[in-house]
Formats: sequence, C-alpha cells, structure tokens
Amino acid sequence: MKTVTFKGGIHPSYNKEFTASKPIRPAALPQTAVIPLQQHVGAPCKPLVKAGDEVKVGQKIGEAGGFVSVPVHASVSGKVVAVEPRLHPGGQQVMSLVIESDGQDTVDENVQPRGDIDKLSAKEIIDIIKEAGIAGLGGAAFPTHVKLSPPPDKKVELVIINGAECEPYLTCDHRLMLEQTDDVIYGTRAIMKALGVSKGIIAIENNKPDAIAAMLKATSAYANIEVMALKTKYPQGAEKQLIKAITGKEVPSGGLPADVGTVVDNVGTAATIARAIKTGMPLIERAVTVTGRGIKEPANLMVRIGTPFSQLIDECGGFADKPGKVIMGGPMMGIAQYSLDVPVIKGTSGILVLTEGEAQAPQVQVCIRCARCVEACPADLLPLYISRYALAGMYDKAEQYNAMDCIECGCCSFECPAKRPLVESIRLAKRAIAANRRKAG
Amino acid sequence: MENEQLVVSSSPHVRSESSVSGIMLDVVIALVPAVIAAAIFFGMRALFVIGISIATAVLTEALIQYLMKKPVTINDWSAVVTGLLLAFNLPPTAPWWLAVIGSAFAIAIVKQLFGGLSYNFLNPALAARAFLLASWPVRMTAWAQPGVDAVTTATPLAQPGVDAVTTATPLAILKGTESAGQLPSLMDMFIGNIGGTIGETSALALLIGAAYLLYKRVINWRIPFVYIATVGVLTWILGPDGAFTGQPLYHILCGGLILGAFFMATDYVTSPVTPLGQIIMGLGCGIITVVIRLYGGYPEGVSYSILFMNVAAPLIERYTVPKKFGEVKGRA
Ligand code: SF4
Ligand code: SF4
Repeated sequence: MKTVTFKGGIHPSYNKEFTASKPIRPAALPQTAVIPLQQHVGAPCKPLVKAGDEVKVGQKIGEAGGFVSVPVHASVSGKVVAVEPRLHPGGQQVMSLVIESDGQDTVDENVQPRGDIDKLSAKEIIDIIKEAGIAGLGGAAFPTHVKLSPPPDKKVELVIINGAECEPYLTCDHRLMLEQTDDVIYGTRAIMKALGVSKGIIAIENNKPDAIAAMLKATSAYANIEVMALKTKYPQGAEKQLIKAITGKEVPSGGLPADVGTVVDNVGTAATIARAIKTGMPLIERAVTVTGRGIKEPANLMVRIGTPFSQLIDECGGFADKPGKVIMGGPMMGIAQYSLDVPVIKGTSGILVLTEGEAQAPQVQVCIRCARCVEACPADLLPLYISRYALAGMYDKAEQYNAMDCIECGCCSFECPAKRPLVESIRLAKRAIAANRRKAG
Repeated sequence: MENEQLVVSSSPHVRSESSVSGIMLDVVIALVPAVIAAAIFFGMRALFVIGISIATAVLTEALIQYLMKKPVTINDWSAVVTGLLLAFNLPPTAPWWLAVIGSAFAIAIVKQLFGGLSYNFLNPALAARAFLLASWPVRMTAWAQPGVDAVTTATPLAQPGVDAVTTATPLAILKGTESAGQLPSLMDMFIGNIGGTIGETSALALLIGAAYLLYKRVINWRIPFVYIATVGVLTWILGPDGAFTGQPLYHILCGGLILGAFFMATDYVTSPVTPLGQIIMGLGCGIITVVIRLYGGYPEGVSYSILFMNVAAPLIERYTVPKKFGEVKGRA
C-alpha cells in the first residue's frame, strides 16, 4: 500500500507498545463525577440542574451556550451535590456540575435509538450530533456539528476520518479502530451524509497495520469509503498536515479545511456519533490511554466523563515510582497537570505519567543556528527567530515571522539540540498577538 | 490523593537526544580520518601542529570565559572543532607559534569578542587563517611534499618530520603561476598524496567524514553539494583553452574545496538557516571560488569566498524566508 505524508515533522520514540495490544476495558464508575460546563472550544454551557436534583445517565444537564458550543450530559446517575468552580485539566477553575453517583447507572428515558442513517436527513443527523454533545475526541474538542455546517459558499467534497494517532504513547484510537471498526464506519457514513459528500477516506499511520487491515476489510462493502496509509511521522494527524498529505492541498493560512473542500473528524468522534444514532446515548464516556513509565499497569480504559484522574491511576496499579509529571494527552501537545483531582473531559485522549527522571527540564543553551527547528517545522516557519523575538517581547516582529501560523506541534522544541523553549515562547507570543488584535479590532 | 510534587511545564514534554556537545563531537569524529591522513602524509609534525592548535583553542576559551566570569563551556567541544579546523588550514611546516597565534585569535577575537558560540559572524578558523595569511604570508604558504613513499611505507607514522621544502601546489600549477612541476595524478590527489595544508590533503578522508556528518544529519546536502557542483561546472565551462576545456575534477579535488564545502561553509553560525538561503550560500561560494582561482591574485579562493558569504549570510537569510504553509499566492 502506498503511503502519503507531508513536509517537515519528526520521528520521536513512539512508546506505543505499553498499551497497543491492550483491549479497551471499562473503568469503574466514579463515585463523584465532575462535569465542567466548558469541555469544548466555544461558549460555555448553561446549567440545567441545581444542587439537590436527581439525574440519570445520558440526561442533558447543561445547555449549549451558543452555536459554537455543545451540551453536557450526566455520565452517572445520582444526585447533583454542587454547582461550583472546580479545577479543570486545562489548568483553570471552571464552573462544574458535581454529581454523586448512586451506583445504579440508571439510564435516562430519553436515551432511545434515533433511527437509521439511511432514513435520517442530513439536518436530523447534525441535530442528533449536536444534542449528543459531541466535540472532537482527538483532543481539540471543537464542536462537531459546527464542522458539519460549513458556510454555504464552501463546497465540501471529502470527509477524512483521522486515525493517524501520531502522538507518541496514545493507543486509544488504534484500539477503537480494531474493536469498534463497524461503529467507526457507521459514524463515517453519518458524517458523509450530514455533509452530502460522496467520498470518505479513513487515514491511518502505517505503524498500525492491523488497524489498516481491519478497516480495509470492513470498508470493502462501501465503494465510497477508502482506507489510506500514512507515513508514520509526527504531526501526521494535525488537520492541515493530514489534508496536505491526502489531497496535496494546503489549507490557506488562517483558513479552515472547508476552504479546500474537506472536513476532518477523529475516529473516536465517528464511533461516538454511531452510538448516538444507534442507541441515543450522548457523549458520556470515551476511550482513554493511561500510560507511561510512571504507571504500573498501563491500559486503555473506557471512562465516564467526569471521572477523576486519580481514580484511573489507581485502576492502573498506581504510580510505578515517584511520579515526575502527569500529562493530559500525549507528550508532544498534552497539558501537564498540577493536581490529580481533575476530571476526564471530552478531549482527554490519554493520561501520561512520566517518571521523575523523564520529567526533568533539560538545560537550555544558546541557539547554535543548526536549523533543525526550521527543517522540522511542518508550517514552514523559522522557529528560532519567532522565539527569539517572543522572548524579547517583540511581538510585532514575531508576528512578521508568521507566529500566528504556528500549529503548536512542538516539533521545533523537540528537535532543538540546545533545548531552547521554542514553541513554549511562540505560544506566549501568539497569545499576546491575539490579545492585541482583539484590542485593535 | 496525597499532595504530589508534580512538574508542570508547557509541552512538548519529550525532547530528542540531540545536544550541542553531541553535534560538535560528531564534527570532531568526522575530522578524525583527515587527521589520520595528515599523519600519514605529513608525519608527526602535522599531528604536533594539530595538537598545539586544539590545546590553544580550548585553553583560550576557558581563560576568556573565566576572566569574563561566564560559565566555562569547553566541554561543548566547539573550541576543539575550531582548533582542529584552524590546524587543518595551516601548512604542515607551520611553526608552533603560528598555530598558537592563529588558534588564540580564532577563539579570543573572532568568537569570544562577539559574545561566544553562535554570535560570531565569521567562521573563526577561516578568519584566523586570513589573519595569519596577511601577517605571515611566507610561513603560511610553505607547502611540503608528502614523504615520497608515505603511502606504501609500513609505518607511516614513523616518517621523519617533513622538511620545509617549498613545492608548487596543484592549484598553482593549474593556474600556470608556477611553471615548475607537473600536475599530480588524480588518484594521488584523491587519496591525498599531494602538497597542501594539513587538512585539505586527502579528499578521500574528508569525504568519509562528510558522509558521516550527512548520515548523522549534522549537516545537510545543500551548501556542500551546490558549492562543489558550482565549482565543477564553472571550471569546466571556463577552461583555459575555450569553453568546456577545463579540468573540473582537479579543481574539485585540490585545494581546500572539499574541506571548505563540507566543514567550513556549513558552519551553522555563519551560514543561512533557510533552505533556499543555503542553496544560495553554496552557489555564491562556488562562483567566488572559481573567480578567484581562475582570475584572482591568489591560487586558492575557498577561504575568501566562504568568508565573503559569511558576511552576506544574514542578508541572504532575510530575503529567503520560506513561504509559510498555506500562504495564498499573491498575498505574501
Ligand atoms: S534547533 Fe535550536 S539551536 Fe538549532 S537553530 Fe533552532 S533554535 Fe537554534
Ligand atoms: S514553530 Fe510551531 S508549527 Fe513550527 S515546529 Fe514549532 S510548534 Fe510546530
């Protein structure tokens, strides 16, 4: 099978062997689920319940706060004990609904099959997806129904289902493709129908030959869905790089995939959509890879949203040693956690525990101008200069060097032999530039 | 959960194994074959000059950093690289003090005065060579002929120190400025059985080192390949007896071209970081080298061309910023 790829990128140690062969097993129900009202990109939800209310599994408990927003649902049955700010894995305090589980796991009456995609209209499918609270499960958590409602002047012709899973360590998408193959395809068909598109491509990195084989077999019945192998290279699963690899087209700077007639959704999102249509169960659980050398028994778990990290770490045998760093997501783009008392949210693809040794910050040296960051940057930027200006507080110069086009993949910092904080400083510059633009605009 | 002391920092949370000292060490390793070749063809004398030069570079760096109360970074191997490259640019007959002055100048003036590693705008070894050439022109051009049987002698290292017999280098012969002498065979030139500076003599040894650097991704192909190709094509076209009568292979194998193209023009600090800029750097070095060799006052043009392009590098870089991903044509 021919493989496709993009320019730039890196080859980190993938470390997927910790969990790649471990089937997804259900995690225990949390005793207390903390459901933040903001788990997605966009406006926060408005709570529909108050302390003291009884809730059931799948019941909508937070209403979308706007078009770019999705509702949240109870992931356990029990009683709402608090509506208060709680620490969110993103690092801030976020208004959250705290539910004490009754252990019964009683499903809400409204959770009913929504019919068959062949009979549902595009609009009905989009509504189901929106009401199910589905936001990109790849990590970015962008509301899926928004992607499926492109502006009318943009003609979408291709749906790409992202099974690249290029972040090291993570294997939950890999396992989903093996274990929920049919759901992934069902979800793909639903997305295609919602967009009125006749071509779908499921794209998988070639370090997962079993997933490619399973998908090839399962898609053989569908002439309009193709499976494509991607070269294993980080960040192969980054939206723009994925589109470039598959279609050869570059999403314009500052633009959206729809500008080149494409919509990209993650395999986990597709499988969740399939469940929402087939059973009516909204997004209340997701697959999470709990892994790293700092974890005793790494595993892939099916986890209810709102389950605290600490419980999952205990479920995987606890820490192997004194932990150095706990990260939500993968090592390249994940977010380091202050506390284990944070809940799994819709975008939690993994919990990675690094040992103390691995977590040690490298010593920063002066830039030797080796250009490795330039060669690695998939966005064709000059990270050494953006970073230099960012660190000097010269954000206008950083902007001239296209700081805003940085996708924050971290390839530059990864490659830098002088261990310079490249993406770290570029990220700061991006925030300052965005703030300036808001002020000016 | 008990209060764990977790490290919180911004992503990425993993880094590659590469390091500054690792890269510099790779350069040293890549230069070892040429050191061996120098020992074979020029004897212990060459090793002595190399040793003095490295020791001076490292000591100068340590002393200056100590005096300036900066962290002493001699363990990053960069001073060793500078010392080695400077020695490679000296004739094997160089007296010890020439190596000391050159090395100290390279580190103290060219490198540290501008703020240390990666702030110098000229290649330290080449700038020092130019300084020595201007100050002691005769000492710097006293080429030695390698021991006649050096290649076949059982213990080449036991060769007696080479006498400072001035011989014509192939380049001088090619140019016709020195009538005495005859062009050595291409094979001798490739292996290194010819006169020249300590490091430039053996193309074979240098190419082994260059292959190592390319393999380890310490350097990329752009500057050296474009440089050498430019010299080859231009010297072939601009032959002494009309178009396409040149001897490109001689021009490629002799003088410091291979040394310069792979080990000096690729110096990170003094060459552009942009891909297109690197190609222009190679082209520029090639054109200037050929112009000096064929029409200039010196037989050799590699060091001056690289120094010239060092000065131009920041400008080249500014005009070769790559088109960013997704840049719309006409809306730069
Ligand atoms: S990778 Fe690091 S040392 Fe190399 S040019 Fe970029 S910032 Fe400088
Ligand atoms: S500059 Fe941005 S896009 Fe480029 S490698 Fe660094 S993080 Fe990735």
